[in-house]
Amino acid sequence: MLNLLLRRLALGVLTLWAVSVIIFAGTEILPGDVATAILGQSATPENTAAIRLKLGLNRPPQERYIEWLGDFLQGDLGMSLSGQKPIAPQVGFRLGNTLMLAFFAAVIAVPLAITLGLVAAIKQGTVFDRAISILTLCAISLPEYLVGGILVVVVAVNLRWLPSLSNVSDDMTFWQVLSILILPAVTLTLVTVAHMMRMTRAAVIGVMNSPYIEMAQLKGIRNWRVVVQHALPNVLSPIINVVVLNLAYLVVGVVIVEVVFVYPGMGKFMVDAVSKRDVPVVQACGLIFAMIYVGLNMTADILSILANPRLRHPK
Amino acid sequence: MSDLLLEMRKLRVEARGADGATNRIVNDVDLKLERGEVLGLIGESGAGKSTIGLAAMAFARTGCRITGGQVIFDGTDLMTQDEETLREMRGVRAAYIAQSAAASFNPAKRLNDQVCEVAIRHGVMSEQDAVKRAVELYGKLHLPDPDSIGRRYPHQVSGGQLQRVMSAMAMTCGPDLLILDEPTTALDVTTQIEVLATVRDLIRQNNNASLYITHDLAVVAQIADRIMVLRDGEMVEEGPTDKILNDPDEAYTKELVSARQAVVKPRIQVALPEHPVVAIKNVTASYDGRVDVLKKIDVVIGKGETVAIVGESGSGKSTLARVVTGLLPPREGHVEFNGKPLSAALRQRSKDDLRRIQMIYQMPDVAMNPRQSVAEIIGRPLTFYFGLTGQKRDRRVIELLAQIDMDPVFAERLPGQLSGGQKQRVCIARALAAEPDIIICDEVTSALDQVVAAGILKLLDRLQKATDIAYMFITHDLGIVKNIADRTVVMYQGDVVEQGSTVDIFTPPQKEDYTRKLIASVPEMRTDWLDEVLRERGDLFDIDAKVPA
Amino acid sequence: MTSIDQDVPPALPRRRFDWRFFVDMPLASKIGMFIILVNLAVVVLGGWLAPNGETEFVGGIWMPPSAEHLFGTDQIGRDILSRIIYGARTSVLIALGATLLSFSMGILMGFSAAVMGGAVDQVFSRIVDALMAIPTLILALVVISVLGSEVYVLILVIAVLDSTRVFRLSRAIAMDVTVMEFVEAARLRGEGLWWLMRREILPNTVMPLIAEFGLRFCFAFLFVAALSFLGLGVQPPHADWGGMVKENYNGLSYGIIASLFPAGAIALLTIGVNLVVDYILARQNRSAAAFEEQEL
Repeated sequence: MLNLLLRRLALGVLTLWAVSVIIFAGTEILPGDVATAILGQSATPENTAAIRLKLGLNRPPQERYIEWLGDFLQGDLGMSLSGQKPIAPQVGFRLGNTLMLAFFAAVIAVPLAITLGLVAAIKQGTVFDRAISILTLCAISLPEYLVGGILVVVVAVNLRWLPSLSNVSDDMTFWQVLSILILPAVTLTLVTVAHMMRMTRAAVIGVMNSPYIEMAQLKGIRNWRVVVQHALPNVLSPIINVVVLNLAYLVVGVVIVEVVFVYPGMGKFMVDAVSKRDVPVVQACGLIFAMIYVGLNMTADILSILANPRLRHPK
Repeated sequence: MSDLLLEMRKLRVEARGADGATNRIVNDVDLKLERGEVLGLIGESGAGKSTIGLAAMAFARTGCRITGGQVIFDGTDLMTQDEETLREMRGVRAAYIAQSAAASFNPAKRLNDQVCEVAIRHGVMSEQDAVKRAVELYGKLHLPDPDSIGRRYPHQVSGGQLQRVMSAMAMTCGPDLLILDEPTTALDVTTQIEVLATVRDLIRQNNNASLYITHDLAVVAQIADRIMVLRDGEMVEEGPTDKILNDPDEAYTKELVSARQAVVKPRIQVALPEHPVVAIKNVTASYDGRVDVLKKIDVVIGKGETVAIVGESGSGKSTLARVVTGLLPPREGHVEFNGKPLSAALRQRSKDDLRRIQMIYQMPDVAMNPRQSVAEIIGRPLTFYFGLTGQKRDRRVIELLAQIDMDPVFAERLPGQLSGGQKQRVCIARALAAEPDIIICDEVTSALDQVVAAGILKLLDRLQKATDIAYMFITHDLGIVKNIADRTVVMYQGDVVEQGSTVDIFTPPQKEDYTRKLIASVPEMRTDWLDEVLRERGDLFDIDAKVPA
Repeated sequence: MTSIDQDVPPALPRRRFDWRFFVDMPLASKIGMFIILVNLAVVVLGGWLAPNGETEFVGGIWMPPSAEHLFGTDQIGRDILSRIIYGARTSVLIALGATLLSFSMGILMGFSAAVMGGAVDQVFSRIVDALMAIPTLILALVVISVLGSEVYVLILVIAVLDSTRVFRLSRAIAMDVTVMEFVEAARLRGEGLWWLMRREILPNTVMPLIAEFGLRFCFAFLFVAALSFLGLGVQPPHADWGGMVKENYNGLSYGIIASLFPAGAIALLTIGVNLVVDYILARQNRSAAAFEEQEL
């Protein structure tokens, strides 16, 4: 099993490297180059050359890639094009905010989804199960901005329970921060819960139909005990997989929710940078997001390996 | 305490199919079982035997419901009891031994946890006592390392051993009733006899009443006092074992009993053919280049003869077929066809060579494209090899259908609209259409019910007599080999252990130990077979079961 | 006479297409089908149905729904209903274009990988693995930051990123079919690659592929809308549902619900397609389960 784990880790590192190449290459695919894209209509041969020199675009791409990657790994994320400020400190603050939001949403979503999935699987076919299925289907189909929008209208505007915009600053109390986080977190939660619940339910139903579950029933074991002691250990691995994969999905969902609620996180930062064609910022943020995503996927695989009884106790 | 342990009156069970329709899978069945008695439930697939077995505990699988009748267990009608009472008696007063041990054990828990669970959860024994009892049973069932085997996980133990652990699990609380559902069907024949003997021994010692469910009459004859024959959810006949085997009343029972004797070739010695159709010479083959699955195999098959390739799982018999068809080029050696060497790889063979070697598979459901009609399936080889099209092709398709005893109306049907036996017949017609010299039959009857399989064997025999086709008949079922093969090749783990005329191979004493063991394990349709084998050839097996005087 | 021919269902006249597919549909899926058809009709008939023009000013800002303007007006005074009708064309056609493109690429690569195996399979799979290691939105943002938000860019980006998922699925389906004995039987006959793919494999993979098409379309559609919402998708003044949500979004803080109409349209189409796809998948699982139900 150790062998398998090491191989997966190696694969993860390799993937990260490949990802960095792709993100860097993604910005190289312009028929013109970044300089002409930035200047747009006002491009003249002189200022194009000037920008190229300043950005070091006249050097070969491999060289620039290695320099970029090297700087990144040391914590230097470069300079933003708009305002010429170092990127790293700006990202630091915003990354913290994003992680806080994602964490808050995960803490609500994961236990809720797993419990609902378990209950729906046990009560398979009943009205409860079917109702949940339809509700989650709707939740998956609703874009985050719609859900966010409805929540804003209902909760913030009409009921005035919570603020509609979420500006976090350092001098807020814990409760103030929390009240700001609630709406965006709930929005994020709704869609993720729907996905996770459906997959949990499917995994549990799959296990409940196994012959060894029937065997346990034939031995006269109580139903709840069958579920907890026989089904659960086997459903752990697929559920862990589902949860971690959805956390990865969360990373993406966070971007849109931040824009909806004007939340100062990395997602909004990146989107703003895209509108302004601020390529260094986009590269840096893109790589960070991708790293988190790859890291979570790798964790999912590794936990799966650890939870597999056949691998834990080989012949 | 009356002697009657279990009585079922007019039992009815319904199932809800995938499309929502319900049909009755058990229809008004009556059954009586006395204490200490073993009743065999015999039938083909779909007969409802498993369902009846489960109903003895008032249990129905997901999608099924017991809709009528009474199940009287030791004086109480289980159908009137609530779920809690039923739950309490399951595992304690009645226990179930499933067909597949591998699937019935939770892969995430140790064996002892699952075996002792019954006694502990029902409050019958303390944990320590339960473990002691389990170890005792492991010993009685001749499991290796009875003290420590319980600490293993299911995947760390072999199939035959797992089946015995499951038997131990069922016996822990000393149930009055044991329900054994095809307990040896999934095992190799040499393992089957060991499990059969030890389980029978244990049942006799503990005097459990048992329902022994199986489709194999020869196996059930060794252990049952009475036999009930079921078909499509209804009882056909019931009586003492001897009577059912030797003097049955019903036509269907007679068919079942004689199914194994469908084709019987004369038991004579057959010489090796001088001009073989297929000659496998010194073939060594491997899938990954490291482990040899076939080792220096030499086999010849002559025109118009049937050569059976037999072996248990892992013997390499299917691999041999892949080498002959060109799907797996051998590492060493070659195959000759009508005297000339064949290209090792499929891609390099001529169309004519490909045409003359045909193959029929084990599962007719996946051997035919579900979206093509019977006419298209049979017709394609006609077009591909002979260029037949249009009316000429249609006429030939109808001719072939007649040869396999099927009406022309079947030409437009899809495989999904045919029964199991009909599907296999169409596969035979597809092979025939190419007018081959040899047909490789890879376990062609293993997935079919015995009566249907008998029909297929008769058809193959008839076709051979008419067209002089040779058959390379691969199977693990020695019972049919005895009757249909001219010569037999016995394989074990990639080697040819012994080969020769069938009559030589099957008449003891054989040359090789393994052959002796293999042939001795094949159950015969008489009640004293098991005792005789244990008495006379017990040295071949690893059993310590007591033989009744 | 042996009991072989006993349990045969009565001969059905052979039909190329199984109409029971439509008849057996549960109510929910029929509603889904209806929603899809309505949307298709709007896309095709577009201009003839809309009461007003796409960019026509008809009145005041954010007027509530009335008899004249069923959904009211938007943030600069255009009729929302008309813009939704025109927007359908933009949103649906972009998503459809991207999905068709991703499907063609994905299926071709996936089937080839499954049938040819070996090096071809390895190379394709590794490239796809690398692409799938990055969240779609992030990669799309990176590309758009450089190339801009032209329609062709959107279609290409979504198509390339989506083709990875189509590749995985079609490869898996093709492999499932390829290992069946009837494909081997055809191979043994000497049939060529083209015959195998077209006659043996493809007909048996149609249903799951149609279901996947529906899912991919939903994804592409939602993705375009999301990008437009972020201001990075279809640019104004073209009507596009995601863009419309963005333009009217600020109104929500004042209790103006104009933004909810285009958002609702997005949700409705997505739900509709999902309902139909769910039914297709359930039907497939049932026939697989029925096959395994034989052991009694």
